[in-house]
Amino acid sequence: MSSAATVPGENYLNCEKGLWSWLSTLDHKRIGVMYLFTVLFTFLLGGIFALLVRIELMSPGRTIVDADTYNKMFTYHGVIMVFMVVIPMIPAALGNFILPMQLGAKDVAFPRLNLLSYYIFVLGALIAASTLFLGGLDTGWTFYTPYSSQSSTAVTYALLGAFVMGFSSILTGLNFIVTIHKLRAPGQTWMHLPLFVWALYATSIIQVLATPVVAITLFLVVLERTMGIGIFDPKLGGDPVLFQHFFWFYSHPAVYIMALPAMGVISEVIPVYSRKPIFGYRAMAIAIFGIALVAFLVWGHHMFVSGQSEVANFVFSLLTMFVAVPTGVKVFSWVATLYKGSIRLTATLLWAVGFIFIFTIGGMTGMFLATLATDIHLTDTYFVVAHFHYVMVGGTLFGFMAGLHHWFPKMFGRMYCERSARISWLLVFLGFNVTFFPQFILGAQGMPRRYYDYLPEFTTLNRISTYGSWLIGLGFLWCAVYLFRALRSGPKAPDNPWQALTLEWESSSPPTFHNFDHNPRVTHGPYDYGLIRKEV
Amino acid sequence: MKNFLHSGALPATGSDVAEQWNHLYDFLVGMSFFFLLIVVGAMLLFIWKYRNAKESDVVPIKDHHALELFWTLVPTALVMGLFVWGYVVYRDMIVAPTDAVEIRVIGKQWLWNFQYPNGEILTNKLIVPANKPVKLIMTSEDVLHSFFIPAMRVKKDVVPGMYSSIWFKARESGRYQVFCAEYCGAAHSGMLASMYAVDQDNWERFLSGRKLTVVLDEVKESQAASNGTGGRPTLVEQGQMLTKTKGCIACHSEDGSSRIGPSYKGVFESEVELTDGSKVIADENYIRESIEFPLKKVVKGFAPTMPSFKGLIKEEEMNAILAYIKSLK
Repeated sequence: MSSAATVPGENYLNCEKGLWSWLSTLDHKRIGVMYLFTVLFTFLLGGIFALLVRIELMSPGRTIVDADTYNKMFTYHGVIMVFMVVIPMIPAALGNFILPMQLGAKDVAFPRLNLLSYYIFVLGALIAASTLFLGGLDTGWTFYTPYSSQSSTAVTYALLGAFVMGFSSILTGLNFIVTIHKLRAPGQTWMHLPLFVWALYATSIIQVLATPVVAITLFLVVLERTMGIGIFDPKLGGDPVLFQHFFWFYSHPAVYIMALPAMGVISEVIPVYSRKPIFGYRAMAIAIFGIALVAFLVWGHHMFVSGQSEVANFVFSLLTMFVAVPTGVKVFSWVATLYKGSIRLTATLLWAVGFIFIFTIGGMTGMFLATLATDIHLTDTYFVVAHFHYVMVGGTLFGFMAGLHHWFPKMFGRMYCERSARISWLLVFLGFNVTFFPQFILGAQGMPRRYYDYLPEFTTLNRISTYGSWLIGLGFLWCAVYLFRALRSGPKAPDNPWQALTLEWESSSPPTFHNFDHNPRVTHGPYDYGLIRKEV
Repeated sequence: MKNFLHSGALPATGSDVAEQWNHLYDFLVGMSFFFLLIVVGAMLLFIWKYRNAKESDVVPIKDHHALELFWTLVPTALVMGLFVWGYVVYRDMIVAPTDAVEIRVIGKQWLWNFQYPNGEILTNKLIVPANKPVKLIMTSEDVLHSFFIPAMRVKKDVVPGMYSSIWFKARESGRYQVFCAEYCGAAHSGMLASMYAVDQDNWERFLSGRKLTVVLDEVKESQAASNGTGGRPTLVEQGQMLTKTKGCIACHSEDGSSRIGPSYKGVFESEVELTDGSKVIADENYIRESIEFPLKKVVKGFAPTMPSFKGLIKEEEMNAILAYIKSLK
């Protein structure tokens, strides 16, 4: 292990060399970087499947593949993006790196457990990926029974993979909760916590409480397939709707495992680039927990047409309405933070602005689906596909991109080309809306989701959507190019290029092995811009 | 393209409930644009106005309780109103009138069977009376399906081992599209049906097994018009139409491309290899057997997934289908 960080120019990236020093590292920063590259790889994979799905849908009938292959492609797109990209993207990659530093800590509470989570994640991902060579997977990412109990594809391995990855999520959540409780810097009271930390705290609670339920559920399907015990398959005396209850009991809160960390990132970014305190800090923190709490009570809104009781439909619709309130508070407060600030329209802020635009559409279209009557027609159509892409891509992915651009200089000690970053944002932002907005209309017109073939009248909108997906692909390709160039030959980043007030910026860029060469003390709020003068 | 922001761009408004649904949808669209305009408008305005403003001019406002209370309470009231409205329309959607005509629906991979009180069973063709409430009582033979009639704004999952139901009252006679909306495997997107609402006279004719006075299939209509046989399609044309209405083409192509099952093209009187390695000549008897007992002799390279059509195809229809397959050299 490295000695004290006194050698000039030594940092966490160069203090130890060689592949083994990475694979066996206990440093939260290195683990965060390993997660980052793993997730970027799975994102590339899921993205390729998405582009193939869109190419197949350019015209009705067969375009490039047959129906079976198409069904496998959208299943892999969904499974990869949900379990291996959007869930770990912010907490495991950015969170691992930034969370301890925002607390002024040297590491997470349990560094060994942290490395274990990473390897469990990789193991689960490899098990799931093995299905690619074992006959594929054609159930959709939701694994609905009894189709998944009966499908002749390699469902068992995919479920085992997701089961294993669940433990990674649980352990990371546990680690973060203890870290936030025990390792805060002197003076860092709960009301001085950055909102990114609050968001990860709420996310971790959901991960710890909800993940075991889905893990057990998926395992029950494995038992049903391998041993024929009848839990969900009516042929064996089971109940297929029960699976949906169990599945969504996790997978609805999982939406907030995806969205809350992104909201945390946006709450970090907007004050820094507006040079103003975040508007309504206390309400923002309460709203995070309001959303996390309601998240557990609304799973049934995925099942309004499933055949569950009308009483359940009534209650779940009512409870779902309350999600809108804290979400609205957050959106309004972000916008209010910009008011009378000094706004620096960097690529990072552009991603945040894009987030607010897209997430607002995602949220408003959520109202169509929470309202009982409207949901009946719109559920299981492209309207739902558009809605959750507006929430997950627009929400989580845009939040991640904002975070990546915000913390990139800290993580790698290099600056990227700002102009290139804006071009990439523009391509992805335009491409995203071109791809997914037409899908709202397709859905309202009645085109069901997961359709290999469609009626001729849906052709124009599908084609526009496919063109949009190419813009998104181009935008991310461009992003990969300039970030890679920045890693290799970007100008050296100053310690605090954005003049931010949170603790991670008090370290050098990139940070030393122990993060700080002094013990940070907190004497002010994380967003006290304009309230204190600090030498940076 | 019609104005897509309005229910006018949606599928036809087929019932009174669909009309109520449209009002709610239009309200939601309006509300969404209102809030989007406020949020994005304010955001762009602030960015434009305060971009690169002097940092000494920043007003470090931390919060404003009245404003926060306002944007907490107003949305709360709004969503509660929305919930009530949504529930009221939903109640009309689910509570069927007691005098509704009941038709049984059985979904299976990948077709719909409709079973009538008079014993008639139709495949992928649902005939209902216009202007009368109709209740569908549905179940599935295998996996989950979902019965979706966009024009009626109704949809319900069709679940094996239990009965679910929907009801509607079609305002006008005509054809309405039906989709399967719950993913059910390889030919999910081919699991379509046509619903025909007919007037009272034709409904009574249908129930008593007499010939209808309306032409139900636009396929039949257009073909009859083109070949000039005075309204009667040839045997091959009847067969081609039957492979569509019975759902065969979800899995069997007519152009030689491989779907879930073998293509019809060139199959007649050819030698096919079965899963057990033996070979048969695909003649009339083999094809008929494969339609009625599909799992007896499965062609090599295909999964044993086809449902039995025994009892669902009349002798005359079988002859037409065989003639059609024979014609595809």
